[in-house]
Amino acid sequence: MARELPYIAAIGEAIHQEMERDESVLYFGQNLATSEDDPFLKAFGSDRVRVTPISETAEIGMAVGAAFAGYRPVVQLYMAEFMLVAMDQVVNEAPRFHYMTGGQVTVPIVLQAGYGFTAGWAGQHTGSIYGMFMGVPGLKVVVPSTASDAKGLMTASIRDDNPVVYFHHYLLTLVHGEVPEGEHFVPLGEAAVRRTGGDVTIVAIGWMVDKALAAAEQLAAEGISAEVIDPRTLAPLDTATILQSVDKTGRLVVVDQSTRHGSAAAVIAAEVASEGFSSLKAPIQLVTALDATIPYSQPMEDYLLPDEAKIVGAVQQVLGFSPVAA
Amino acid sequence: MSDALSKERLAWMFTQMVRIREFEERVKRTFEEHPGVMRGHTHLADGAEASIVGSIAALRPDDHLLTTYRCHGYPIVLGTDPNALMAEIYGRETGICKGYGGSMHLTDVERGFLGTSGIVGQGIPHATGAAWAAQIRGQGQVVLSFFGDGASKQGAFHESLNIASLWKLPIVFVMENNSYNVYTRVEQEDANAAAGEPLAVKAKAYSMPGVTVDGGDPVAVYEQVHAAVERARSGDGPTLVESRVYRLSAHGNIIAPPGVPLHFPEHEAITVFGNAEEYEAAKRGDPVPRFRARLISEGTLTAEEADAIAEAARVEMDEAVTFGLESPFPAPEAAVNYVYA
Repeated sequence: MARELPYIAAIGEAIHQEMERDESVLYFGQNLATSEDDPFLKAFGSDRVRVTPISETAEIGMAVGAAFAGYRPVVQLYMAEFMLVAMDQVVNEAPRFHYMTGGQVTVPIVLQAGYGFTAGWAGQHTGSIYGMFMGVPGLKVVVPSTASDAKGLMTASIRDDNPVVYFHHYLLTLVHGEVPEGEHFVPLGEAAVRRTGGDVTIVAIGWMVDKALAAAEQLAAEGISAEVIDPRTLAPLDTATILQSVDKTGRLVVVDQSTRHGSAAAVIAAEVASEGFSSLKAPIQLVTALDATIPYSQPMEDYLLPDEAKIVGAVQQVLGFSPVAA
Repeated sequence: MSDALSKERLAWMFTQMVRIREFEERVKRTFEEHPGVMRGHTHLADGAEASIVGSIAALRPDDHLLTTYRCHGYPIVLGTDPNALMAEIYGRETGICKGYGGSMHLTDVERGFLGTSGIVGQGIPHATGAAWAAQIRGQGQVVLSFFGDGASKQGAFHESLNIASLWKLPIVFVMENNSYNVYTRVEQEDANAAAGEPLAVKAKAYSMPGVTVDGGDPVAVYEQVHAAVERARSGDGPTLVESRVYRLSAHGNIIAPPGVPLHFPEHEAITVFGNAEEYEAAKRGDPVPRFRARLISEGTLTAEEADAIAEAARVEMDEAVTFGLESPFPAPEAAVNYVYA
């Protein structure tokens, strides 16, 4: 049975269900379970649910160590940027050990990191920084765009034997969607085709999926049939589904809230240019944030970010339309 | 001499110290005797054998430890096959990590040696997390976290000690203070050392006991670490043990691009600080002959028994060299295995 749940509640439901199912799952982080009434603390006790100091290096490093010793920790980091304080642990510790030990240890940890809070949080709490992690061998990177996937991908992330950075979008926090009750598992590494179409492929990431779908609706009114693909997982990347779509449509627009050179869009474009060049009828278009720090003031913030109009413009361009005069 | 340690246990401790020394001498000699076999950066623990053995002697078989990249000695004491260790250092398929890790990342999970970060200080939170796991499991396991004096200036150290004390985790932090962080003397980079205080005072900031011990005396190390391990096991939380050692080799082999033959330079006391006397004094205090003399003078071992232990270790480690040299390299395409579990 599916019922409506907000995206953030779907994430919490997955963690709760996995903690019920598997007592090796731990949940900890800053400002978490400080009250005796906390539902996780009440259900699972203070061995498995703990508040930490503001110590990201220790939090993530301890998750790695607890994983060595047989547990499956989920670290609640709140803001994705807080991982940057502990970059060594995320990039140069967690994903290295399975490999460096010749497979002797596994590091099944989940780093729960909110991102993209472009709602006046200015320069340091608004980044869409998954691009810098998707190129790290051994890390998995997840970017759910719906409440249902938020649950299913968290379930899969917890059960995965690798370190997973789970990027949830802050602006989707309260967006409701149908979410299956009970166990719900969305495999890592499988893209979803959100809308089928034959004229152009739009690959959109995270918060951009809804914008791409809205743009596709608008384009449909102009007689343009857009296929919208949500990768859902950036590492491993389901390149096959994207290439298959481009093979059909011959045109690709990639929409990503990240700044261009740090974006997943640039990697996806490179893969398609390399592996699917013969299918392409037009140059690939990237619709990304402009290469600047996110400003505080709203008109400037809006200016930097991808939106529906920019997506529509990019699609029109790959279809050979003249840019609409301002 | 401690009442707690039997003659057999003392002889075992001496044997392990000698085995580490003989292993590491062969690693060092490989640079000269088999040019090209050693790659990258290798760090030796000669001078720290007493500290390593005294610490591990305080553990139960189901306890865990995590160390720094100066990591050859620990698995030798835990019983890892030296053949598999030497083969790893030589990059062979038969290595303990199948050639994926090398000298800086030795690991033997079966024997409780959970992993080795090559980044200074970053293994301390791993050990702390393993101690959290031990606390949850509730079977009385303890974790030893080994690191150097240099690591105690890393945030990872301070964050981990705070949480370990706050949560009363079953862990002992063993700081091997060898007075040098690479080419920098501890007084140049540590406020406590500059003020003439032992580094163990750092424990005070985290409301845990801090003790300083002569790391050249395996029995003294054992006694301090044993007390700390028992405290941790009984649920009273962590201890910081500062073990004062002197590393008898340079920080590591020279750092050079391919084509330049690698070798071990002289110790930094001589090359950087022009203090040959400090180094010579440390050599005179070498923990291995020091412990040998003590065991003989106290009647624990005869000279002949001590010689036989040393000879057996030489034979064992010669075999490890031969095994390593004769072992095959991994298949190149194995390089893409183990990316994901």
